[in-house]
Amino acid sequence: MGLLNIFKGQTRGPAPLPTGSFTVDSTGELLTSTVSSSFSRESLKYIGHMVLQSFREAKRAEQPFAELNVQFSAVDLKARELRGGAIIFLSPRNKTGR
Amino acid sequence: MSVAPEIESAVKPKILLLDDDPDVLNLYQEMLLSLSSMPEVHITTSGARAMSMLETEPFSVLVCDLKMPKMDGLQVISIVRRKYPQLRTVVLTGVADEQMRTRAYALGIDLYLEKPTNNAELSFLLECIESLLNKEAAGGFRGVQSKSLVDLIQLECLSGSSSMLKITNGRLEGRIYIQNGELIDAATQEVEGEEAFKRIVAWKTGNFEIVPTDAERERKIFTSYQGLLLDTAQAIDEAEAVEERAAASEDGEKLSDTQLLKKSSLGSIPGLEYALRIPEKSSKKTQAWGLQNAETLADWVRDTMSHFEKLGDKFHFGSVQQLEGKGMHRVIHIAIHGNDQFAIGMIGSPSRNDIDSTVQKVLEQWAS
Repeated sequence: MGLLNIFKGQTRGPAPLPTGSFTVDSTGELLTSTVSSSFSRESLKYIGHMVLQSFREAKRAEQPFAELNVQFSAVDLKARELRGGAIIFLSPRNKTGR
Repeated sequence: MSVAPEIESAVKPKILLLDDDPDVLNLYQEMLLSLSSMPEVHITTSGARAMSMLETEPFSVLVCDLKMPKMDGLQVISIVRRKYPQLRTVVLTGVADEQMRTRAYALGIDLYLEKPTNNAELSFLLECIESLLNKEAAGGFRGVQSKSLVDLIQLECLSGSSSMLKITNGRLEGRIYIQNGELIDAATQEVEGEEAFKRIVAWKTGNFEIVPTDAERERKIFTSYQGLLLDTAQAIDEAEAVEERAAASEDGEKLSDTQLLKKSSLGSIPGLEYALRIPEKSSKKTQAWGLQNAETLADWVRDTMSHFEKLGDKFHFGSVQQLEGKGMHRVIHIAIHGNDQFAIGMIGSPSRNDIDSTVQKVLEQWAS
């Protein structure tokens, strides 16, 4: 069934999940990062903005918090508010959910 | 784009095949048409087109490649799993990558298969798809086909089986123990015996599986299963009648805090500051206990969860399972249970165990 080898043509998949931490300032600008460069800086900035926005909106809703944990089915996102920004940790979850 | 014959189209299962390579699509379409369940096989080369096809007609199985331009397979699956939870999903890919496999299973797919390279692998692929189609034809809950929980209990007891029914309802887990056709015990959270049995049977949704029984289990239920099922059915019926009467009254949709407190005993949960239930359908009102500004908080929960859902879709992180914020004075935990979101506020800085325990108790109070 050598003919079926044409199905094996594609070997690249979506980019791997990000692992590591990064810091953003209060405007969402990326300051430092240990996340692999295969996950773009723009993507990290996008996540940083989202996290900062969550901290701000929580205050507006009178539910202020300084630590945020979001559990996605494939990734854990943990963020801590810092003076003038935030530090964000990203870690893929394994098959058993942790 | 269907090539299935006209006959018996009403009862034929439908497969949607998604791959960016038209040659591969045509080849697989031919193969899948040969299955004994004679499915209709629809094909498409783009994720966006697949989404619109799923919107317009029901499918039994989605077979999806991973590597595609624009919207890739994981992106399609993460949307599909949320929008069409009953749709069976199969990843068929040339990517032999353990992390991809894990990510795909984390999104809730049914099967992850590599594209076949020989006859044996091809037969295996076709058997797997056929098996999924057969499960679909049988209907019912995922895990156990075409049976309600009450049906299952009755069947297990009537057949004289010894088994344990494991029921999961979101975060809640219940166990019902049957020994030689006799209902001997049940357990959920911190409750056992008849009380646990009644709570479990009152759950409106859930997934069930039958597993081998614990032979040493001590008997704690001595009432017959028929009697218990009758009692529970009566209690559920009465509770629904009360809810219907409340809904029919002018302000029935929104129970007052006092009514909710009486109804659910939330006030007895230590450390609980407030609880908020936000139904998926915006036509239904939120329910709140211990909150002055429930609608403000509900809006914040909806917005925040929506933002992170979008983030999850964008970067293939999957769906949001829970969100937690810790502040100086409280912890807020947002959980998804069934189709509803729950925001649970806890005073101070509770430990991880205390948070999990409080969340479980609140969900249990509102799950029935």
